[in-house]
Amino acid sequence: MEKFEVLQSRAVLLDAEDVDTDQIIPARFLKSTSREGFGDNLFRDWRYDEEGNEKPDFVLNNNQYSGKILVAGRNFGCGSSREHAAWALYDYGFRAVVSSYFADIFKGNALNNGLLPVQVSEDFLQEIFKKVENNPDQLIGIDLEQQFISIKGMNHHEHFDINSFKKACLLKGYDDIDFLLSKKESIKKFEQQYEEF
Amino acid sequence: MGKTLFEKVWDQHIVEKVEGGQEILYIDRHFIHEVTSPQAFSGIRNRGIDIFRKDKIVATADHNVPTQNQHLPIKEALSRIQVDALKQNCEEFGIELYGLGHPYQGIVHVIGPELGITKPGMTIVCGDSHTSTHGAFGTIAFGIGTSQVEQVMATQCVLMERPKTMRITIDGEIGKGVYAKDIILYIISKLGTAGGTGHFVEYAGSAVCSLSMEARMTICNMSIEMGARGGMIAPDETTFNYVKDREFAPKGEAFEQAVAHWSELYTDEDAVFDTEYNFDASDIEPMITYGTNPGMGVGISQQIPVMDEVDNPGGLSKSLEYMDFNPGDDMIGKKVDHVFIGSCTNSRIEDLRLVASLVKGKKKANHVDVMIVPGSYQVQQQAKKEGIDKILEEAGFELRQSGCSACLGMNEDKIPKGEYCVSTSNRNFEGRQGPGARTMLVSPFTAAAIAIKGSIVDPREFLMQETAV
Ligand code: SF4
Repeated sequence: MEKFEVLQSRAVLLDAEDVDTDQIIPARFLKSTSREGFGDNLFRDWRYDEEGNEKPDFVLNNNQYSGKILVAGRNFGCGSSREHAAWALYDYGFRAVVSSYFADIFKGNALNNGLLPVQVSEDFLQEIFKKVENNPDQLIGIDLEQQFISIKGMNHHEHFDINSFKKACLLKGYDDIDFLLSKKESIKKFEQQYEEF
Repeated sequence: MGKTLFEKVWDQHIVEKVEGGQEILYIDRHFIHEVTSPQAFSGIRNRGIDIFRKDKIVATADHNVPTQNQHLPIKEALSRIQVDALKQNCEEFGIELYGLGHPYQGIVHVIGPELGITKPGMTIVCGDSHTSTHGAFGTIAFGIGTSQVEQVMATQCVLMERPKTMRITIDGEIGKGVYAKDIILYIISKLGTAGGTGHFVEYAGSAVCSLSMEARMTICNMSIEMGARGGMIAPDETTFNYVKDREFAPKGEAFEQAVAHWSELYTDEDAVFDTEYNFDASDIEPMITYGTNPGMGVGISQQIPVMDEVDNPGGLSKSLEYMDFNPGDDMIGKKVDHVFIGSCTNSRIEDLRLVASLVKGKKKANHVDVMIVPGSYQVQQQAKKEGIDKILEEAGFELRQSGCSACLGMNEDKIPKGEYCVSTSNRNFEGRQGPGARTMLVSPFTAAAIAIKGSIVDPREFLMQETAV
């Protein structure tokens, strides 16, 4: 996994709540057996019509906006547990998603893939929407070490929460499997005294 | 202070607590399927390690499989490659596979319980969010991402933060024509799609205790639709009787010992939940969804809300535009093109029996396509044994072969763009059943009534017909 330390980037605004993982990557694009290439079908049915033409009113097709940060309405990533949603966002080029609320499984999947979910207050989210809408070149800064997100050039920043273990993993580029593998002996010891009924 | 059911089961599976509030949780059973496992197998291979506890993994092919002519090679190349990859991976690593053609094949959340693999007090994971289904047995069961599938393959453990606890108590009498699906759709319509986020839910109360195991599975199945990690119900006599004598259930004395252990799995009276809700079952009527998430549901005799009745008018108007419905519309009378009866929510034998009881001696409406997809090969065989297939056939319904099918449209069972499908599955997201498809979620009983009528109808009308005869 790639390390995540600080990120400063323009942002892409997705003005929708309850964005489910079926929208992020529809089921018919889950047939690959590798982790790569899902970015092409990110938000497929919002982004392209049936003939594969870009829908001009969808934000990813609006070249005014770009950047490594996706900003979306509350309850982002609900629905299916498909990790392909996190892979698609990452593969497309996003490194952080900002929302006022994340669904649990999506949040875990994102963290396991170096994609940082940043949960902010509803007010701060609205503030980002306003600033970026007015000025698509507005930079957003995310400092994982210090755990804050800022609207650059303004006196606005907000603290965000992250589990300290997951934070350490992201900063170092470690994943959970490395950690769990280092615990094999404890797991075997647990198995010796454990009885399944 | 006493413990909740969740805490009892969770604490029995803690290997170690880690700094930062994460815990290493030991997993008793790991179900895998073709869509969310290939990258995990590659990960294991790339690390040069072996799978740690192969005998705790059970594999099946369900998401991609055709529901007709399963004996022939899968036509669609990518689906075929994925199903073949599962077979090769299971062979290479020595994992039990109930693939196409195997008598135990079926939707992963249907076969676990029916084979007696799912037992009270276990921890179960699968790379699929509806793993919560298994919670009906008093099991901690939840969906995980593919990275975690790899973790469990490597170490039989997951690393996670302990969720908060929620209890949803449903007392009172369940009305005629109202089923488990209606109860859970009602709860989600009240709590919203994020109402359970961060929580593990326990369903309790007299209405829940009165339900069969299959009905309890329907309730726990949709816990994820309110954002909860999972849902569970304390095991009781109904549970023990269901598990008894199933293929992989403990037998004889071992079963008695297990029951003694399982009987300890309940929430202590003085245990405290982080969040509690109470509902009265007699308030619930047959439910239907009108929008594009499972929280957008109403009683079937009611109207779609108007803008100032909801918290998120933007979301409502976007959904209604997709569905081509108007705020304030009646649901009854709306046109329907397809009826899909299937999915891990409602494709078990009781569901098919219920459908058969309603449609017996009737005919489906001419313009409606009806697809009935059993949850497993065993369900299909049982339906045949009971003559349910004949009843369905006479009504013009087609009983297919088992798989996820039009629940997510990964195989060829898709609903065409713009058409309306009444479905017993669990998600009405945009495009869930095929690009542009419009889904309305209901119980199997309501679905059967609508298939006969050809438009949205209150299924209780059919109950009255029966009593009139
Ligand atoms: S039936 Fe639908 S919800 Fe259930 S496992 Fe299959 S795709 Fe998922």
